Amino acid sequence: MASLKELKGRINSVKSTQKITKAKQMVAAAKLRKAQAAAEAARPYAKRLSDVMASLASKVSGDDAPKLLSGTGSDKRHLLVVANSDKGLAGAFNSNIVRAALVKARALIAEGKDVEFYLVGRKGRAPIKRAFPALVGTQFDTTDVREPGYGEAERIADELVEMYEGGKFDVAHLFFSHFKSALTQEPTQQQIIPVPAPETAPVDTGAVVEYEPDEEAILEELLPRYLKTQIFGALLENNASEQGASMTAMDNATRNAGELIDKLTIQYNRSRQAAITTELIEIIAGAEAL
Amino acid sequence: MALHFELVTPAKLVRSEAVHMVVVPGAEGEFGVLEGHAPFMSTIRDGAVQVYKTEGGAPETIAVRGGFAEVGDNGLTILAEHVDED
Repeated sequence: MASLKELKGRINSVKSTQKITKAKQMVAAAKLRKAQAAAEAARPYAKRLSDVMASLASKVSGDDAPKLLSGTGSDKRHLLVVANSDKGLAGAFNSNIVRAALVKARALIAEGKDVEFYLVGRKGRAPIKRAFPALVGTQFDTTDVREPGYGEAERIADELVEMYEGGKFDVAHLFFSHFKSALTQEPTQQQIIPVPAPETAPVDTGAVVEYEPDEEAILEELLPRYLKTQIFGALLENNASEQGASMTAMDNATRNAGELIDKLTIQYNRSRQAAITTELIEIIAGAEAL
Repeated sequence: MALHFELVTPAKLVRSEAVHMVVVPGAEGEFGVLEGHAPFMSTIRDGAVQVYKTEGGAPETIAVRGGFAEVGDNGLTILAEHVDED
């Protein structure tokens, strides 16, 4: 049986842990609102761009299509872009993304393809390095920015396009967490290069659209921008998911700490009562002996 | 007679309003868009978009970088990567 002093110390330590988890939960809730608003605000641009892409991609096809759209003609070398967060305390958020990426990597290797990783964020590095130490290529550092913005998406996309045009890989997949609600986030994979044609069917208005310069030139300029938007969208989703996961995890932690405090308090009170009873018995026994 | 004009960046919807005319710095020359313009798509070079709220009024200029303009049935949409508002 732990002494009273020990019990008191443990209760206090659990209490301060609870304070931390509670604070982190509230911070995550506030950040989640902001992240959701940011994701919301990015939607019109992404929507319009994919509409334009759809109508252009259906017009330009065959040999004229840029390499970013049509692919290199091979699918031997795969690049897995894994977007993680920089901070932990978000439950299984990061490990879910990493797990999805590793499953895909193993499947590709089993098919005899070459796999390389491109890591965004700090938390994915260690587990992926442990699993495939030789395959980790570039690591994109986001520790110096508070929230991923369009600037980061731009730099990632530029780097990817450069690698693609330098012939470093044939297909790129992006792994991130899709934000469904504050309670559920779904690790998602998405092919980003070659750019898959948007699914929305182009609306045929019947009118002849004039292009300036011609369709190919516009498409050529639009594709990298489309890629940036995709990555930007993924980063925003990821950010919202991270905050959601963090909020849930911290809520659980706070509740568990509360339960533990209750249990320890009962134990403490019982021990105290036992000590008092023993003391009383000793006094009474002493008085009777006189 | 009003043209529906939208200016969108990745971060937000900057403008969505009815205006008289917009002059866009297209990659192959500036062009003005009025209501009822034929469907048209163009890349735009870095420069200033001039928005005329009313006919003959003073234009409001918005500097855009890395953009793309589309004219369709629902008006003019400019997608720009960066926008510097005055």
